[in-house]
Amino acid sequence: MSKNGPLALAYHTLFVTFMLAPILVVCWVAFTPEGFLSFPTDNWSLRWFYAIARYPEFVSAFWRSLWLGALSSAIAVAVSVPAALAIARYRFPGREAMTTLFMSPLMIPHIVLGIAFLRFFTQIGLGGTFVGLVLAHIVIVLPFALRLTLASAIGLDRAIEHAAVSLGASEWVVLRRITLPLVLPGLASGWALAFINSFDEVTMTVFIAAPGTETLPVRMFLYIQDNIDPLVTSVSACVIAITVAALVVMDRAYGLEKLLVGRGVDGR
Amino acid sequence: MGAVAVRAAPYLLSLPALLLFAGVVVAPLVMTVLLSFHDWGQYKGIEPVFILKNWKEVLTDSYFHEMFWRTFRIAFFVTLLAALFGAPEAYILNRMRSPWRGLFLLVILGPLLISVVARTLGWALLFGGNSGLVNKALMSAGLISAPLPFMFTETGVVVALAHVLMPYMVLAVWAALQRLDPQIENAAVALGAGPFTVLRRIVLPQVMPGILSGAIIVFALAASAFATPAIIGGRRLKVASTLAYDEFLNTLNWPLGAAVAVLLLVALVAIVVGASRLVERRYAQVFG
Repeated sequence: MSKNGPLALAYHTLFVTFMLAPILVVCWVAFTPEGFLSFPTDNWSLRWFYAIARYPEFVSAFWRSLWLGALSSAIAVAVSVPAALAIARYRFPGREAMTTLFMSPLMIPHIVLGIAFLRFFTQIGLGGTFVGLVLAHIVIVLPFALRLTLASAIGLDRAIEHAAVSLGASEWVVLRRITLPLVLPGLASGWALAFINSFDEVTMTVFIAAPGTETLPVRMFLYIQDNIDPLVTSVSACVIAITVAALVVMDRAYGLEKLLVGRGVDGR
Repeated sequence: MGAVAVRAAPYLLSLPALLLFAGVVVAPLVMTVLLSFHDWGQYKGIEPVFILKNWKEVLTDSYFHEMFWRTFRIAFFVTLLAALFGAPEAYILNRMRSPWRGLFLLVILGPLLISVVARTLGWALLFGGNSGLVNKALMSAGLISAPLPFMFTETGVVVALAHVLMPYMVLAVWAALQRLDPQIENAAVALGAGPFTVLRRIVLPQVMPGILSGAIIVFALAASAFATPAIIGGRRLKVASTLAYDEFLNTLNWPLGAAVAVLLLVALVAIVVGASRLVERRYAQVFG
């Protein structure tokens, strides 16, 4: 493979600058000592990070996002595992249609899902509730959980299970001692990817969250709609720091490329 | 296990997911389509009747025409920028050596997982008025003589959205490049082809399916994007998603908002399915 020339490297530098600039700028402004938006040059201050603690809406929204992400991702994984086993191991009428249905939240714009959930939850009396948020988030993160559980279910060596059965293990023991431990890495990364997607979701959630059930991105979005001040940059800087930390861990543990490119049945 | 049990097994295994999707995806979507045919009035609220009023308004009113035209124009330019800049970067990335390759892949794909609100906030800060950093950089580079307006303009929305969706394009082209056989490139060089001929005649035709599938993803996501156009475009520069949001949470005319959303969904599904078919048919002949 040939090397990149100086022109290619110059282009690459510009491109990386473009990708990182808005993220770095947010973190930079967050350290301003001033009461207004400015780029600190010689004076740095943590005052806007301390200020987050005095704004309980952000703090409670953060914890809510954390719980919502953890819970909905766990349920999405739990629902995905049997479905992934069915899709990976059986050939049955409706298999393709079912897979398409489970992957459809990736295809349907979140703005449409948000509207549909708002109408639906208002009608059945779950409007603005945490239960509604969990149900909606399970559905939108399920494709990510399913994609990774499916990849590990397809990659599973059935000979190990057959060996266990021939040694006298019952079906339940095979599932608990052989199948689940083998697909566990896939489940863990599926949960992690689902969690990040739930934690970042704003477009759909903005429709179904009420003032008492706002998630962190929704609170940030609504705050920015009114005004942009250093407080929202310090909150964003914290979110960025948490995401980057999770990203590095996931990259070390599983490989970001594999996580994002995936290897589902339909190649998505 | 009996034969019936074996035949029922996959359905039983998928039952939880199927029930969930029937209840929480299919039912709400059907209800939204029905909602778009309901009537609405300032004082009477939503009336569950079956009329075509909202659809007539959305399909004939020039305000909606302009708004949908703007939505798809923005999506088109975002796709164009992503393809133009993302595809070469994926190629450069693919030619890098081991530690750099992984590192920069992480740097470029990583933003995909960072909150879109935080990324858009970054662009709002960079654009910020006439003294924004982007204008300062462009002016000191001699590219422009007077500050360009980015905030609350289509240009600003396009640039920010191109940034937000760029990783999808790089990812799609990257995936296509992984399937490329480097021996073909080497063969072309051995036969005397220059670097540009290799790019144009060997690499580009082979990664074209990747660029096109990336373009379809980016277009669909750009046309339905919400947070970025809402923050950068502000309240006046309306696209389909921000208009639907307004109808639902400010005007409270839910049936009209539902009609806008359903129309956006139908248009996008038609465009995505149509484009995918075209790409598949075009490249089925090439790759068999």
